[in-house]
Amino acid sequence: MSFGLGAYEMTLLTTIGIGVTLALSLNLITGFCGQISLGHAAFYGTGAYTAAMLTKSGVPFVLAMLAGGAMAAAVGIVVGLASLRVRHDFLAITTMGVSFLFVGVVRQQEALGGELGVSSIPDHGFGKFGFMLLALVIAAAVALFSIYLKRTWMGYAFDSIADDEDTARTVGIDVGQYKLTAFAFGTALAGVAGGLYAHQVRFISPESFGFIESITILSMVVVGGIGSVGGIIVAAVILTMLPQWFQFIEQYKLLLYGGLLFAMMRFSPGGLAALTRKALDQIRSRQPT
Amino acid sequence: MLLFELFVQGLVQGSIYALIAVGLTLVYGLLRILHVAHAGLFTLGGYVGVIVTNETGSLFFALLVAMIGVGIVGMGIYKLCYQPILRYPPFVALIASIGLFIAMEEIYRLVFGPYGISFNEPPLPASVELLGMQLKSAEIITMVGSGVLIGALALLSARTRIGIAWRATVTVPEIAESFGINIERVRYLNFFVGSALAAAAGVMVAVLNNLVEPTMGSVPSYKALAIIVLGGLGDVRGTLIAALALGIIEAYGTIYLGQFLDRDAIAFAFLIIVLMIRPQGLFGRALA
Repeated sequence: MSFGLGAYEMTLLTTIGIGVTLALSLNLITGFCGQISLGHAAFYGTGAYTAAMLTKSGVPFVLAMLAGGAMAAAVGIVVGLASLRVRHDFLAITTMGVSFLFVGVVRQQEALGGELGVSSIPDHGFGKFGFMLLALVIAAAVALFSIYLKRTWMGYAFDSIADDEDTARTVGIDVGQYKLTAFAFGTALAGVAGGLYAHQVRFISPESFGFIESITILSMVVVGGIGSVGGIIVAAVILTMLPQWFQFIEQYKLLLYGGLLFAMMRFSPGGLAALTRKALDQIRSRQPT
Repeated sequence: MLLFELFVQGLVQGSIYALIAVGLTLVYGLLRILHVAHAGLFTLGGYVGVIVTNETGSLFFALLVAMIGVGIVGMGIYKLCYQPILRYPPFVALIASIGLFIAMEEIYRLVFGPYGISFNEPPLPASVELLGMQLKSAEIITMVGSGVLIGALALLSARTRIGIAWRATVTVPEIAESFGINIERVRYLNFFVGSALAAAAGVMVAVLNNLVEPTMGSVPSYKALAIIVLGGLGDVRGTLIAALALGIIEAYGTIYLGQFLDRDAIAFAFLIIVLMIRPQGLFGRALA
């Protein structure tokens, strides 16, 4: 019952599922609600550590994963409170600080394994194929939720806040409450992704959730096109697979991420989504009417 | 004496932070860009310093080459990277800058190797006895050198024509332009001076540690951002105070908070606390 997929392909698909979930979860905060976050890996890490510590003390995997999401959301709401105090550049630096703070605190906690991390995390009990399905189903659910959210009243409210917070406030939108909601949703999903990751790899250490990871997640959102669900899924799949396909890229992986991030912002700040739109427009305008 | 020694260590570290952060705050004041890649120039300064010293044997000459060379690279970064995207919302430039910085670090790693390079002969090896403690002469030169460079910057901005044009542009760009100031030239000058100061800091760190590594800019880059926010973005005096204060807080914090937080997280804990209480930074004026 594995549709001819080898162990390698299943691991890769699981990783992709986690990557898509993470990227879309950041998109809820940064894309939909316009609150830049450079510390998303901290919530991913909170979920991973919570879930890992729970399954290690005997809690069933699914419960632990959900608890990881809840814990991440709790931390996320606290960080979200910061977005009520500071905006734009200040918020970017505050969330960057959260990323460093997370690693700095976890590293010094003996109970969380300190520098060495948490190892021998128990098996999830789904089997390789089942776990892959779980990761993909969660990713798909997050994608559907994102698309649905965009069309709800809340989605419009997010949109107006991203566009111009002061105007949104003038027309009676409770800006603070929506911002906190965006942070709660986004960080909860990142926490769930963290729980998945911890039980896929079965070993976690503070380094996996540092600033570089935050930037990696952000680069998926930016390369895909901030706010565009489809673009982000494509970018998350490509950016997860590239280093796997081309093993020789591993050495240049960060150079590639950095370069892509820079080039995308420099030449097409709208990401893949904007590039595709432009290309489609050009094809259409060339057709004789 | 431990308390006093920690204080001096904090001042040494704080002077390095100050040199880096001043360039960053100048760029922010003028363009409203968080120039993360600034720390990549700091690292480049360190590499140029070590390589030129090893080739010519003169640390002073190496410092000059590093400052001028990196200053020119800084102007190039403005021209090629920032100028074309100034019209977009600020996060565009911020993310571009982070990407550029990561790419720069990777290039240093690929070109100069992952383990860093050192001086053939460590410069300034002597140490001095001062007030009952041993100080390396490199540490003294770092403190004095930073003071001199920042003093020169203060003179430049207070006493020269270009300095006055510069301050006018930071205050109200439109009016400065209507008075015939060439804003583009001011921006180039700004990047040149800021990058040159970062390069000087890079050379000083190279001498202090007798080592330059590809990643030596990572921690300073983000910490310098914390510093300029604490100083009230764009405010040079506030930035200097915040830099020295952070150096000293870290020196004590490592000893007294070490069990809870590692050294690099202290800056951000401090930053987050301050921002929650005073969103405009320690020395920033409240926004209307």
